[in-house]
Parts: sequence; structure tokens; C-alpha cells
Amino acid sequence: MADEKAKDILFNPVFNDNPIALQILGICSALAVTTKLETAVTMCLAVLFVVSLSNTAVSLIRNYIPSSIRIIVQMTIIASLVIIVDQFLRAYAFDISKQLSVFVGLIITNCIVMGRAEAFAMKNGPGASFLDGVGNALGYSVILLFVGVFRELFGSGKLFGAEVFSLAAEGGWYAPNGLMLLPPSAFFLIGFFIWALRSWKTEQVEEES
Amino acid sequence: MANDSIGRTFGVALGVCLVCSVLVSGAAVSLRPTQAVNKALDKKRNILMAAGFVKAGETVSGERIEELYKNIEPRVVNLATGDYEENIDAVGYDQRRAAKDLARSMAIPAGEDFGGIKRRANLASAYLVSDRGKVRKVILPMHGKGLWSTLYGFIALDAKDINTIRGLVYYEHAETPGLGGEVDNPNWKALWDGKMAFDESGSVRIEVIKGKVVPGRAETKYQVDGLSGATITSRGVKGMLRYWLGEGGYGKYLAKLKQQGVS
Repeated sequence: MADEKAKDILFNPVFNDNPIALQILGICSALAVTTKLETAVTMCLAVLFVVSLSNTAVSLIRNYIPSSIRIIVQMTIIASLVIIVDQFLRAYAFDISKQLSVFVGLIITNCIVMGRAEAFAMKNGPGASFLDGVGNALGYSVILLFVGVFRELFGSGKLFGAEVFSLAAEGGWYAPNGLMLLPPSAFFLIGFFIWALRSWKTEQVEEES
Repeated sequence: MANDSIGRTFGVALGVCLVCSVLVSGAAVSLRPTQAVNKALDKKRNILMAAGFVKAGETVSGERIEELYKNIEPRVVNLATGDYEENIDAVGYDQRRAAKDLARSMAIPAGEDFGGIKRRANLASAYLVSDRGKVRKVILPMHGKGLWSTLYGFIALDAKDINTIRGLVYYEHAETPGLGGEVDNPNWKALWDGKMAFDESGSVRIEVIKGKVVPGRAETKYQVDGLSGATITSRGVKGMLRYWLGEGGYGKYLAKLKQQGVS
């Protein structure tokens, strides 16, 4: 029973209750960091770290947080974790941190992190909150990786920077699709993803009013 | 609820702030040395990129950077006279720090401040790039305001005529990714190679124009495509070139190099 529940908490956010596809949260970073898989993966790991730990921390002190300042307490915890991630990236992955530039800092305002702290961690124990954080980060990652694969492959003919399609500009056959490198393409891809997901899990389709 | 009493509220706020600030400052302090090494390597890497030793997007190890960097000789130039300043450690000279030091810098007259930087150091770095025993290029650091941030970069001039541009890179800025941030785009940077910085009379002509450069015109060799959607960043790039290559910046030094040749 307990196992069953833990599994649900962990994997429900991946497809059944995906933060991007169903709750439409965290879109802005999904557009910004997905032109290359390398940055997308780094971003996923950063969000995984931040959301799981912020959920745990908020859950640990949930019974002590006065409700009048709960949002600012959550923000403080999240912001601190984000700064730590940013410092680590600058020390150990300098190039990637330069490319991610402001977007690591913007994890602070990523609605997923805040949303999970407020909606889940404030009401559940630390263990469950940790799993919920990991699960939501996985759901976020699924979309980022999906979008990232398409954008890097069709936008620059590469995957993780390694050439897959030989580019026309360098004597190959593939003329890259410039739209893929621009932010709007991520909207289209996320749209297609949501379409596919809702065709598969029809209960996610919203009723027409 | 007891949680909402004033004392409790302050207590929780204080506790959270304490724990968080210890964590944040701990991370910042303990990681600073590694970050500083990265930053220094990154600057060297960018000098090598401006010099053409390292291609854009190429990954090179720290050792390789140090090895290639042996071809680069840092010098310090007195901007007021255009001469080299010999009794100063050129490797350790920190122009950015000097620019903030009132005793070692000067205010730029408002009418000449094309880069929007207000002050500049009296002494400036220059890097001579040798290849097979001969100086091939001169690399000059430059910086200026863009839209959000100050852009820091390098421009490489051909040592033969001190006019032909051989490269331009930025190593630090916070412009909008995808718009002004495209100053890092290898395709855009490639446009600079072969452009002319000065016209026959010796004044700075190089500019970043709006839109695409029309090939085949007389002014084509002085013009580079603007970054679309980034008018202010493009203007900033043009302004800082005008300042740093002009009289207020490296003008005297470059004029001397032209006359006496690069040694």
C-alpha cells in the first residue's frame, strides 16, 4: 500500500499529471534552454536538485511556518538552493553555466518549484514531498528532453553536439531548419507533445464548455 | 493559530534566513577559487579565439590552452602616450580593477564616451600574437555598454597594416539570449574577419549597421551586419569600437605601431 503510493507520487507527474503538459507550468525555461540537449540536461538536473530539496525542506518545517509569511519562506529556501546550484555550475561546468546564463537563476521563478512547495510540501511529510519533487522534475525533464532532441537534431543536425545529419553548409545533405533554433518552435513541439499525450490518455482532455 | 503570533513569525523568518545565508555564503566562499581558475582560463581561451588559435565552439583542455597561450605576449600600454609601460607586470595587470581606482584611471569626457563606460584605466593591456617567430596580430581588450550589461571582449588587428580586423569575441556579457546574446554567434563573429577598422585618413570607420551589408560598395569593407532584434547591443558594439580604437583609447598606440611596425 505504502509502496503503491510512493510509486504514484513519483511517476504520476511524468505522464498522468505532467507539470508542463497538463498544468502548463514552467514553460518559459522549456523554450529557453532546449536548443541544445547539453543545456537541457543540465537544466533538468538543476531543477531536479532544487525542487526535490526545496520540497523536502519546506515539508520539514511546514508545521512551523506562519501562514502569513509562508510564500516568502518558500522563496527564500528555493532561492538559496538555486544560488548554490549556480555556484556549483560556475565552478565545475563553466561553459554550460555561461550558456544557461540567467536561466539557472530563473529557476527561482519557475512555477513548478513554487507550485509544488505550496501545493504538496506544505501538506505532506518530507519523504513523500521529496518523491513528489523528483517526480515533477522528471515530468519536466521528459518534456525538455523531448523538445531538446527535436530542436537540436532538426535545428543543427546534432545530438549532444555530435553530428548526426551532415549539414548542407559543410557539404552534406541536410539543410537545417532555422525555426527550430528559435523559441517559438518549442511551443509547437510542446503542443504536439500535449496532443499526443491527450490522445493516449483521453481523461486529460478538458471538457468543452 | 500559535504559528501566526508575531514572535513566531519573526523567529521562523530569522531562522530560515540564518540557515539559508550560511548555506549560500558557504557555497560561494568554498567554490570561489575554482571559479576564479575557470574565469582566468576562459579569458585566455577567448584571447586565443580572437587570435584564431582556437575555433569557436571547439572544446580545448586547460593544458592545451596554457600551451597555446605561450604564443601570446601580454604587454601594457600607456594610453596617453601610446608607449609600452615596461616597469609593470603585464601578466598580472588587472585593467578592470585599475579602471575603478581613481588614482590609476581617468574620467572620459562625456562627448567622447562612445562606449558608455564613464572611466577608463590609464594603462591598458595589449596582447601580441606570434606565430612561427613573428608577431602576426595585435589583440586589444575593449568593453562598453550594451542593452543590459557591459560587454567585455577583444578585437584582433592584423599586425601587417594595423587596420584589417582578424577577429572579435566577447567573453562576458549579460545581453538577452537569442537577441543581443548573439554577439557570441560564430556566424556573426566570422563576419568581422577581413573588415577594415580605419579609413585612409586614419579615423575609425568600422560600424555595425542595421540589417544586412550590401556587398560590392565602397563602404562594404567598413560594415558588419547588425544583430536582428538587438539594435542597442549592435550600437554598443559599434560605440565601443569607436572609442577603443579612437584617440581616447588605443589610437596613439596603434598610430605608433603603424609607423614603427610591431616589435
